[in-house]
Amino acid sequence: MHNLNPITPLGGDTCRIHDFDGLKIVEQTNFALASVALRHNHSPAAIQAFLDTSLPTPGKWVAHAHLNAMWIGPDQWLVQAPYDTHELLATQIKMAVGDSASVTEQTDGWCQFEVSGSRCADVFERLCNIDIRAMSRGDVTRTLLHHLGCFVRCENTSDRFCVIGPRSSAESLLHALIASAKSVI
Amino acid sequence: MTQSNRLEGGRIDRTRTLNFTFDNTRYQGFHGDTLASALMANGVQLMGRSFKYHRPRGVLTAGSEEPNALVELRSGGRKEPNTRATVAELYEGLSANSQNRWPSLKYDAMAINDRFSNFLSAGFYYKTFMWPAAFWEKIYEPIIRKAAGLGSLSLEDDPDAYDKGFLHCDVLIIGAGPAGLAAALTAGREGARVILADEDFELGGRLMSETAPLDDAPAPDWVAAVKAELETLDNVRVLTRCSVIGAYDHGVYGAVERTADHVASPQQDKPRQIFWRIYSKRAILCAGAIERPIAFENNDRPGILMAGATRSYVNRWAVTPGQTVSVFTNNDDGHRTAHDLLARGVSIAAVIDTRPDAPEIAGMDMLRGAQVIDSKGRLGLKSVKVRTSDGDVRDVTCDALAVSGGWNPNVHMTCHQRGRPQWNPTLAAFVPDDNLPPGMVVAGAANGAFSTAAALDQGASAAVTSLQDIGITARRADLPTAEDAPIALSPFWYVTEGKGRAWLDQQNDVTVKDVKLAHQEGFQSVEHLKRYTTLGMATDQGKTSNMGGLAIMAELAGKSIPEVGTTMFRPPYTPVSMGALAGRSVGMEFHPTRKTPSHTWAQEQGAVFVEVGNWLRAQWFPQPGETHWRQSVDREVLGTRNSVGVCDVTTLGKIDVQGADAAEFLNKIYANAFGKLPVGKVRYGLMLREDGIAYDDGTAARLAEDHFVVTTTTANAVLVYRNMEFARQCLWPDLDVQLISTTEAWAQYAVAGPNARKLLQKIVDPEYDISNEAFPFMACGDITVCGGCRARLFRISFSGELAYEIAVPTRYGDALMRQLMQAGQEFDAVPYGTEALGVMRIEKGHAAGNELNGTTSALNLGLGRMVSKKKDSIGSTLSERAGMNQPDALILVGLQPLDTKQQVLAGAHLMAQSGDINAASDQGYITSAAFSPTLNSSIGLGFLKGGAERQGEILRAVNPLEVGTIDVKVVSPHFVDPEGDRLRA
Repeated sequence: MHNLNPITPLGGDTCRIHDFDGLKIVEQTNFALASVALRHNHSPAAIQAFLDTSLPTPGKWVAHAHLNAMWIGPDQWLVQAPYDTHELLATQIKMAVGDSASVTEQTDGWCQFEVSGSRCADVFERLCNIDIRAMSRGDVTRTLLHHLGCFVRCENTSDRFCVIGPRSSAESLLHALIASAKSVI
Repeated sequence: MTQSNRLEGGRIDRTRTLNFTFDNTRYQGFHGDTLASALMANGVQLMGRSFKYHRPRGVLTAGSEEPNALVELRSGGRKEPNTRATVAELYEGLSANSQNRWPSLKYDAMAINDRFSNFLSAGFYYKTFMWPAAFWEKIYEPIIRKAAGLGSLSLEDDPDAYDKGFLHCDVLIIGAGPAGLAAALTAGREGARVILADEDFELGGRLMSETAPLDDAPAPDWVAAVKAELETLDNVRVLTRCSVIGAYDHGVYGAVERTADHVASPQQDKPRQIFWRIYSKRAILCAGAIERPIAFENNDRPGILMAGATRSYVNRWAVTPGQTVSVFTNNDDGHRTAHDLLARGVSIAAVIDTRPDAPEIAGMDMLRGAQVIDSKGRLGLKSVKVRTSDGDVRDVTCDALAVSGGWNPNVHMTCHQRGRPQWNPTLAAFVPDDNLPPGMVVAGAANGAFSTAAALDQGASAAVTSLQDIGITARRADLPTAEDAPIALSPFWYVTEGKGRAWLDQQNDVTVKDVKLAHQEGFQSVEHLKRYTTLGMATDQGKTSNMGGLAIMAELAGKSIPEVGTTMFRPPYTPVSMGALAGRSVGMEFHPTRKTPSHTWAQEQGAVFVEVGNWLRAQWFPQPGETHWRQSVDREVLGTRNSVGVCDVTTLGKIDVQGADAAEFLNKIYANAFGKLPVGKVRYGLMLREDGIAYDDGTAARLAEDHFVVTTTTANAVLVYRNMEFARQCLWPDLDVQLISTTEAWAQYAVAGPNARKLLQKIVDPEYDISNEAFPFMACGDITVCGGCRARLFRISFSGELAYEIAVPTRYGDALMRQLMQAGQEFDAVPYGTEALGVMRIEKGHAAGNELNGTTSALNLGLGRMVSKKKDSIGSTLSERAGMNQPDALILVGLQPLDTKQQVLAGAHLMAQSGDINAASDQGYITSAAFSPTLNSSIGLGFLKGGAERQGEILRAVNPLEVGTIDVKVVSPHFVDPEGDRLRA
């Protein structure tokens, strides 16, 4: 076991939580991420087999067991799993899919905030141009949020979303979420 | 002061008295008042001074079209000049001041301009301040700016926050008058997602200003019922105090919601305004109409206002503009004003109707076929002079005159995408053309349907049509019975009698004479007229004045009004504060910040940071006793060159390139070859633009046959990735290659200096041999560190020293930095920042952004041979253009001052030791310069014509703007270790 202590994207050793009336923002760090891109003239069967579910179509994400995958481009997906059980997620996927896909570790490229509560839509409409009220569980979209390219994933229709953004700007992203929450609530 | 002009009734809340001041005089009004209605209630007619002539002015309208009653609201950082008193809601403690006057509103010294009005006519500036030309910027313009203008800024920071937001709907309804409410009710009941926006703080539009009943009940009762129903519908969002200001592409509308302008200050953390971008599938424009004045001599006196506005003040705000009022009209609508005033017990002096056949009004002095030809009263109206139909002149004593010249539909937003309105001769007004922004329909007065019944009907129909378009079958809402008076109007634009000035544009002091003068001087196009006279400019954009100007221009040109046409309508419909446009992007929040993995550690060391793009990078690390940044940087350079230094290089772009054709892809992207790069090796690469100019450099590490990691410069990380994606998707879609950025996923540190290996050997797990033999220069590979942490090691050097870059997953970056510095204590390891990094790369002669400046080729950079002729790559063909390969082409050289005490400065130009100093003598220029602690001398890199063959020459570095001219010697750009022994050690 190595002796390097990890820090969260916000620079701490525990996840930050911010509570508002009707909204909760929770920093999430227990995830591993890997991008999977289908190579030319290959079938996605191996990727599907790894996920044990059909691959999501544009604008969608799917979850099965501990894994979830979202569509991020033509024949490209971002696969997510709990970090504590899948630290080597990219390696695991690569072993499963072989030459049929290119797999790249993305775990520490991103930060993630779960935004939940009845005021979600009110807060998101001050942040990004997606039609948050029209999203339902299974939808995911990429959007600019405080000038940052982020994924917004609907975890539960109307009241639970995940914002996945660039790790180096985690503080700015959280600041934007909090500023909007305070503005609305 | 008593509210002497306050009437009974109205829609104000008399239980909530509000105190306010205007020009430091205390007044009282009621909740529901605007500043204008409250001032009017207190008998204040004089509210401002005009733009150019400083003429006394009062309120003209009751809405956002107001040209005259502009005030400075609030004070300090919240001070807002040019606020229209007609839309400023009264709140407790409101403080307003008049503007553009000195020393007081009543006695304005600058009113002297009015005496010189003959000289200050249209085009005065252009004709008068022609010469001497040099005086314009320094003398004339400052004086003119001081004399003219409206309100002033406090120059303090605005303390309030402004939000931006995004809304989506099936139907956006712009305006909540009868048409808008009928549309909202129809669409809302069908379950469509509806946004109803109105600039007013009450719904109802003109219904709140008129007395005509709906279903035999007061119209506000119906409005209240509709409002209550809409509030029960989750699918309907009602935005009051929200001005839709522009119609943009694809059904997108801009709107500004004033969430806290009606209170003294916003609540903590709450925005003052929200700039909404509304994405609509369909839009129904129900923006109503604006009444137009009739120009006559001295028609700008305080007390002269629009007839419709008068009804608003009387009926909605329960104030009368005067104790004795006259009405001047060319249409039946003006008669309503007289009726309503009379009903409230206000004395009517006369109704002057330009139409000889105007209907009689019982109980009033009705002057048919008459015209108001002049007025009297310096600071407020005393009387009007009337030419009666029989040619007599009568003075009519009155302290207010209500004027109606007809109504203009608010077609503005129908024209925001270059549409032009069409002329309706019945209304004598422009109405929307068929060429509307896609998805828009127009209803009600905005569409020329001026009766309430027609507005209700069109609103409901528009909703049905709009919903049908998007697949929703809708049924019209039940509508009340309403007045349906026909249009009875005889066009009348201005009174010809009189030698004095008849005002068209009261905000810009444009008169009928000015328009005539413009025509006489050849400015006959309506767009030229606007710019020459300023007609229709500034905060009101000519909402009450443009039509008058067009009508006069048409008459002068012998054309019809539609032949003259309108000027272009552009957003915003009403003024938008800069704060709303900026939103949250102010100060330190102007853009997001990117922090490196070692940021916290660097802060602990007292690092001085610099913004590089959005990144914050440590520039240098001051130590106790160091009083100048050079001391810190020199120490960091020498510490690195003499032992070992560590620098966070996470910010460099990292692009993961995989696929069966990854090597072939890189061969096309880079000017030099990558196909035969062995696995486990790194190669320096140069990227060219299509035109052969170099634009980025970096390295590519081959981790597997089908897997590379490309590094880019920090500044170009996004650009390179974007270009590579373009090439992958569009240029060579047949290549099997996949790209993704991993910049943020890995914390990466440069460890450089003769002791770099010794330091790393304490960090890298012992099973990995990083000796020179096992891990030579340009090697790379996966390793583990600190007892098993996954890592990547690259033996590359930007400093010219024995150096490595080590990468771990970002979450371990902070810990690795601490471990490196701890392990480096025995070697006196130093952290170094971007300044030391820059000094060392100049010492080593490595090109950076200063050299990759968008004008230089590989040849210029001394890297001409890197452009492989054995393969095709982006830019390689065009880099062979003859002009880019001249024998005397600029080549990168090193430059050192003959006197080492002198400083080389970037930007200096290189010229021969003797001869003229001018552009013709230019032989090149210096791009980068630094003090080299290694050489104890200032040094520079630059481009010199034929530089490769000129080492040893003495030249002048000419920099007249800074240190003047110094003598420099041309040397190799590789000041340190030109043979590269150190980095291969």
